[in-house]
Amino acid sequence: MKMPKLNGAEISRRDFLRSGSAVATLTLAPGVTLMAFGGSDAAAGTADAGKRWGLLIDANKCDKDCSACVTACSTENGWKDNGRPETDAQWIRKITLKNTETGRETTMPMMCQHCEEPPCVDVCPTGASFKRVDGIVLVDKHTCIGCRYCMMACPFKARSFVHEPVINQKSDAPRGQGTVESCTLCVHRVDKGGTPACVEACADAGFEAIIFGDLKDPESEISKRLATYSSAALRPDLDLNPGVRYTNL
Amino acid sequence: MTLIVRFVLLWALLIGGATLAQAQERSSLLPNVPKATGEPHPEGNEYWRKNHPDLLRHDRNLTVRDGNREIGASLKSCFECHTTTDDQGTVLTSASPDHFCSACHQYVAVKIDCFVCHRSTPDGVDEYEAQAALLPPTSLNDADVEGIVAYLKQGDPVADPPAISKPAEVGQ
Repeated sequence: MKMPKLNGAEISRRDFLRSGSAVATLTLAPGVTLMAFGGSDAAAGTADAGKRWGLLIDANKCDKDCSACVTACSTENGWKDNGRPETDAQWIRKITLKNTETGRETTMPMMCQHCEEPPCVDVCPTGASFKRVDGIVLVDKHTCIGCRYCMMACPFKARSFVHEPVINQKSDAPRGQGTVESCTLCVHRVDKGGTPACVEACADAGFEAIIFGDLKDPESEISKRLATYSSAALRPDLDLNPGVRYTNL
Repeated sequence: MTLIVRFVLLWALLIGGATLAQAQERSSLLPNVPKATGEPHPEGNEYWRKNHPDLLRHDRNLTVRDGNREIGASLKSCFECHTTTDDQGTVLTSASPDHFCSACHQYVAVKIDCFVCHRSTPDGVDEYEAQAALLPPTSLNDADVEGIVAYLKQGDPVADPPAISKPAEVGQ
């Protein structure tokens, strides 16, 4: 009996070829064809290997009394402060740097740095911690066993373990006890062409300290700024090439 | 005589008919699957009843790993049509035996852990009251703390060291 075709349920050979490696062809002359593999997957509605999503955070524009990004992330993804700081999840936090000699203080948001070479992915024993083709580092909670090895490996303390039962989650951000989680770069919004909640909230608060964009596209706002102004990756000594960059630290 | 037989037959027919009608409406032997709204599945209910675990498992990987949001099977889209409400119109969560998923899963005693992470209602419904029993106590009172301290001090080697028995002297 031929099973009815469901989206994704039975992948035919044609679907596999279409989704796995988009093939662009260009006929130069009769009989001469140029073929390019691995082009944009945007048409297929999946993560695009031709992109690398990143953030650029301007510490000068970040207001020390503002935490709109943290609030927006919490609202968007449904994690909250239960009043138990030792165990509460924290996807994004505001940190303050102080130069002890000059007394200059800088504040900035810290979250998963979406490394190109993520240590959390290296150490994960089940393959739950992974990097998408467009550079977003995620936890697949379906396979996470909650061992927290990734939390130890992360030099940025970006990941949290969910210690308590969770209810009333968001449809787009499922989260539950016994798994590790971190900033997803609001992957559910990015997949629909949107920007992360923290970026929107920062702009709405009038600071525009965080900008989001494609690091591989030289015409994107983020690439242009990175090309023009000096910027820093945190812990450059580790050579992780994070997707989150800071200026004016 | 014939009249009595006729009466008995008619009576039996009435009783039998009523029982049949009841059986068609609701059989106590089978799970009471809540009615859904919206268009029926083109593949048919039988197909979905048999294959929904595989469909959900397959498509969740496409979404999480590849970012494909245009998939056929997702819990979020399930509850667009399969939201169950009680008589008062309150939306039921997976904690209720009448919830769409729970109705069958409790019947066949197959535990599902989807709703440890996923919500079992559409966005916007407050699941708090129905699911609050899952939450731990928010704070410990003094009696709890004393109980824990007493438990931890049981057989504390520092507070009350065990009596050391002298080894028996041998061979005088």
